[in-house]
Amino acid sequence: MAQFHLNVNGKTLEVNVDPTTPILWVLRDHLNLVGTKYGCGIAQCGACTVHLNGIAVRSCQLPVSSVGNNKLTTIEGLSENGDHPVQKAWLEHDVPQCGYCQSGQIMSASALLEANANPSDEEIESAMHGNICRCGTYTRIKAAIKTAANS
Amino acid sequence: MKTIKTSIGRRSFIKRSTLASGGIMLSFNWLTSCDMTASQVRALPKEWFKINGFLKIGENGLVTIMSPNPEIGQNVKTSMPMLVAEELDVDWNDVIVEQAPLNTSVFKRQLAGGSQSIRQGWNSLRMAGATARAMLIQAAAQTWGVDANEITTSEGQLIHEASGKKSGFGPMASLAAEIEIPEEVPLKELSDFKIIGTSRKNVDGTKIVTGEPLYGLDYSTENMLIAMIAHPPAFGMQLKSIDDSLAANMPGIKKVFTIKTHLGDYGLGAFDNDAFNDVAVVVGNSTWEVMKAKEALKAEWELAPAKKEELNFFGRTATVETPAGLESSADHRMVFDKMAKKKGKVVRKDGNPDAMFSKAAKIIERTYTCPFLAHNTMEPMNFYADVTDERANLVGPIQTPEIMEGSVSKRLGMDKEKIDIQMTRMGGGFGRRLYGHFMTEAAVISKEMGQPVKLIYSREDDMTQGTYRPAYHALYRAALDEDNNLIAFHVKTGGIPESPLAANRFPAGALEHYMAEEWTEKSNITVGAFRAPRSNFIAGAEQAFLDEVAEAMGKDPIDFRLELLDRAEKNPVGENNDYEASRYAGVLKLVKEKSNWTGADSGVSRGTAAYFCHNSYVANVLDLEIQNGNPVVKKVYCAIDCGIVVNPDAATNLAEGGVVDGIGHAMYSAMTFKDGMPEQNNFDKYRLIRHGEAPKEIEVHFVDNQIDPTGLGEPPFPPIMGAMANALYKATGVRHYNQPFITDKPLAG
Repeated sequence: MAQFHLNVNGKTLEVNVDPTTPILWVLRDHLNLVGTKYGCGIAQCGACTVHLNGIAVRSCQLPVSSVGNNKLTTIEGLSENGDHPVQKAWLEHDVPQCGYCQSGQIMSASALLEANANPSDEEIESAMHGNICRCGTYTRIKAAIKTAANS
Repeated sequence: MKTIKTSIGRRSFIKRSTLASGGIMLSFNWLTSCDMTASQVRALPKEWFKINGFLKIGENGLVTIMSPNPEIGQNVKTSMPMLVAEELDVDWNDVIVEQAPLNTSVFKRQLAGGSQSIRQGWNSLRMAGATARAMLIQAAAQTWGVDANEITTSEGQLIHEASGKKSGFGPMASLAAEIEIPEEVPLKELSDFKIIGTSRKNVDGTKIVTGEPLYGLDYSTENMLIAMIAHPPAFGMQLKSIDDSLAANMPGIKKVFTIKTHLGDYGLGAFDNDAFNDVAVVVGNSTWEVMKAKEALKAEWELAPAKKEELNFFGRTATVETPAGLESSADHRMVFDKMAKKKGKVVRKDGNPDAMFSKAAKIIERTYTCPFLAHNTMEPMNFYADVTDERANLVGPIQTPEIMEGSVSKRLGMDKEKIDIQMTRMGGGFGRRLYGHFMTEAAVISKEMGQPVKLIYSREDDMTQGTYRPAYHALYRAALDEDNNLIAFHVKTGGIPESPLAANRFPAGALEHYMAEEWTEKSNITVGAFRAPRSNFIAGAEQAFLDEVAEAMGKDPIDFRLELLDRAEKNPVGENNDYEASRYAGVLKLVKEKSNWTGADSGVSRGTAAYFCHNSYVANVLDLEIQNGNPVVKKVYCAIDCGIVVNPDAATNLAEGGVVDGIGHAMYSAMTFKDGMPEQNNFDKYRLIRHGEAPKEIEVHFVDNQIDPTGLGEPPFPPIMGAMANALYKATGVRHYNQPFITDKPLAG
């Protein structure tokens, strides 16, 4: 066990955990931020995507000891009132079916748009390749990303 | 005016009021409008008046509607309350939706499966809304001293035109709750619908996009422990012993032990999957600690003997035999070859197919196969259980709460009345969560610990536990005469361990000489319902074969099907044909028109397919191009007849998902075995369709009719597999017979 001070969604939060604990489980079990989902545990499905200094990363592969003072953003902190353009576009297109993968999809999409305000179809497909949607909402996700890019 | 007999009990909502507080399920839900600005959300009422078990009305006019069925992504949590709201005649923006717990005294068939939620809820949910409306009218009539027949309603308002009196539902709610339940209530004419048939956003949409707790895996209570299980690494093996010396002493670990999911004389129910009855359990404080201890746990496994078990499938009993041994996919391929050569069990025979095949000028014979599939819901199996000697409180993702309540009751020796079950929103179902062994396991573990636990399956546990879509094989034969007329049709199909045959579906009924045979082969690899069971293979195989037959006959594939359907409609062969030929033809005609079938762009290869299952009809046209050696699905047209469409945009979403899901599984996915061990245990080895592989565009069209809703969760999934195979052939000249196509032969021809 070791103590860590994490910068999560603009707040400094303290946890006392095994240093090998992935950020995914720190968020879910210790900080009660359960919007970040567990899907595979090996960075293959994207359900656990968060932002580390604005870059989309898979939190299941990110040990708490490696994060230091870097800025973590989760789906809960993407916007104050749930009104990030990507979140709004997701509602406008009524994207989710089961919804489980969607916070990871939104985190990947928002990081993409941060880096590339007007991605092409190919760039969207490439950036979103690591996020599986088992319900098959891919066409709506792409449409929502384009809507968000245009807003 | 259409009326409906009511069947709700006055006291029905009072029963089972003992659900534990805390956790997420009883928290406030956003209004259905999804409006996220707090200032625009209407204040909650000071008091709720329960009109019946389906709904309560606040003094300020807000209405809470309980959604009875489990939500697995099929969107019933929005569409079922829409049915209630329609007949209540309330403004949808004044509705709050809550997920109902299991309550068999109020709700019928709280089950997600068979594409049946809307079909079976169509009358009962409208009745619930109409009953409440009638009681509000009675309350207003008493209050105003006017004739109830003179009172009308509109969007949450009661109106007596003659006297000019008007009231919202709110002020009448307390009196309405005391009114005697009428025996018969009027239902709206379809033309008067204001909510049904209009697109309404997912009631959980805001929570989903902001990451609020919704799913079983998100549920927690204060003194809850985390549990994980370890099951045998291979089918055909069982737990011998565990060595917990390392694992039990690791940080945060409370206990390591073994459990039996079912006891010896249990008597398996319909949804009691029994792949691995004895499992090791690790319980601790946090998920990561338990995961690490599970890795350190040493267990010895041994070969499991063959077994015979009594299965009770809703009163029908059967003895199920499970063989011993460690099976491999190579063995399964040999079973396919062996069984295809043997005579099967003849399930249907029309005319004299043998004679026709003997005198045929040409026989087309083709073989189709598909592998086992894992459901791979994105949210792995999990369940919360708090079991004491007195009560069991169970919370989590389950498609069959009522049936599994029986299983838990039997396993714990606890009366059903003492068991409360709450359903969380589910991170996918696809049939996997019909089989609730994980719920029974959680209950047994909680009882052992004397503390609440949340049981979590790792992705690997989930993918290697069983409940797979069976592996199937189908041999199709068509006899043509010298003029290339189709004179006989034969299908022999089977699977490990179940057959996918639907002997009385099309093209049965359209052919004078027809035969359908089936076979099965036992296996210890456990299987279960997977989105559109049986159809999820046989549709694609049959539709690919018909494409080849049409080609041999020199006919357009859509026209060929329409000719057969015309025969089946006007002069059907046999009496036991379980489809309506005119509706089948209807979706083909619609997709032909919408896709401009004969006018494809140059460079685009088109495939078509159509299928009927779960009471609905779906036809596809799929446009494909080969780009850099890879097939790219440019566009899919999907025509559907599922009767009245309750929530069009959500229905479109579901159909789009079915299309993507069907292409994905036909093209990429497989679960294979080596010596009983699943060779895929996570998404690095098990391939699911990803963003770039999905169709670039999907266009969904619904047949506009006034038929009561049928089903939509499953029907869009099966036929697209055939359309994909047929389009690939058009693009490359190569036919794909073995799913997944990507490992069958080179995709680009």
